[in-house]
Amino acid sequence: MLILFVLIVLKHIFVLLSCVPMENKNLELLEEKFQQKIDQDIKIEPNDWMPDNYRQTLIRQISQHAHSEVVGMLPEGNWITRAPNLRRKAVLLAKVQDEAGHGLYLYSAVETLGADREDTIDDLHSGKVKYSSIFNYPTLSWADMGAIGWLVDGAAIMNQVPLCRCSYGPYARAMVRVCKEESFHQRQGFEIMTTLCKGTLEQKAMAQDAFNRFWWPALMMFGPNDAESKHTAQSMKWKIKRSTNDELRQQFIDVTVPQAELLGLTIPDADLKWNESTNHYDFGTINWDEFWQVVNGNGPCNAERIEARTKAKENGLWVRAAAMAHAEKQRERTKQSA
Amino acid sequence: MSQQEWPLWEVFIRSKKGLNHKHVGSLRAPDAQLAVENARDVYTRRSEGISIWVVLSNNIVASDPSESPELFEPADDKVYRHPTFYDVPDGISHM
Ligand SMILES: [Fe+2]
Ligand SMILES: [Fe+2]
Repeated sequence: MLILFVLIVLKHIFVLLSCVPMENKNLELLEEKFQQKIDQDIKIEPNDWMPDNYRQTLIRQISQHAHSEVVGMLPEGNWITRAPNLRRKAVLLAKVQDEAGHGLYLYSAVETLGADREDTIDDLHSGKVKYSSIFNYPTLSWADMGAIGWLVDGAAIMNQVPLCRCSYGPYARAMVRVCKEESFHQRQGFEIMTTLCKGTLEQKAMAQDAFNRFWWPALMMFGPNDAESKHTAQSMKWKIKRSTNDELRQQFIDVTVPQAELLGLTIPDADLKWNESTNHYDFGTINWDEFWQVVNGNGPCNAERIEARTKAKENGLWVRAAAMAHAEKQRERTKQSA
Repeated sequence: MSQQEWPLWEVFIRSKKGLNHKHVGSLRAPDAQLAVENARDVYTRRSEGISIWVVLSNNIVASDPSESPELFEPADDKVYRHPTFYDVPDGISHM
């Protein structure tokens, strides 16, 4: 009897000891297979096995992206009622509505990873998760609608086009939809700038002022320099990211400078000049202090933005509850009559 | 909070007559009617559709990706199901 007991105990110990390395081995094998899929450009779909870090990285990135779309409606929403004419108002309204749609596509993509949408929104409100720092700058004049469409949506397009080839299927598909809709956003902004630049001296000055305020924050939208960006290497290996921050920033500058020149605007950077040997523009140093200040909550509008989003959720609570109760009642009614 | 959360729906759009409905994404809505209306606002803002289906995501039954090899293997070794498997003599047309 005692021998039997000892044997059972020994067996348990043996099983315990052998399980751990077995599990690690399995995990290694799964991770290896996963990376092979990525290397072969096979998309990862929601129910496929994926490393936990891959899932967490995507949840963080996609939810940040979703929050940026939604918070991004606030600075432009500020001017809808004061658009200079009906055409401009209809266009701005359509643009802001698109951004709401972009937010929804992205929250849906986050949900396919098993994250709870409301939890991710609460993480935004508590400050745990960030959004693009550009939306913490105020929109002081109508010209800002031009500068935002042209520069901010322009930079967003630069960021989002490579994401259409992201390894995670639902994110890539959401990006394809988003990119299709973005190009009108940039064009309407550029049209506002063109009109102002062709207008009176005062209007031209408005355009230059907006450009001065949004140029550097737009360059910051691409994130820290590659050397400082801690997630880049892994994200590139997983093909979540397909170009580095600095590559995209340079690309943006190279295409945008000639557009600014065409408008007759002065680029607010004394060091900006064409470099024959690199075939790119050289540009001045970005104020990373300002960037981190804004990211960490100390930008001009951070508090205002989060307050607006939190209130929107709280004030809409009863509407969502009432809609749910109504739907429940309808279901009961059809059940009874059936 | 999660108790009041609206259920998730999958959205399918027919882009024009003669084509199948195709999955385009998902959304949350309290009931079927609002799911259709929200799908209209979210997925057809640029005339992408002429018909919408919505299905509660919970009602979708999916195959298990980890069982895909076994599930689809039977089709892989039956090349004779494709016309290219067969030799057609020269000079034969309309086949
Ligand atoms: Fe957007
Ligand atoms: Fe946009």
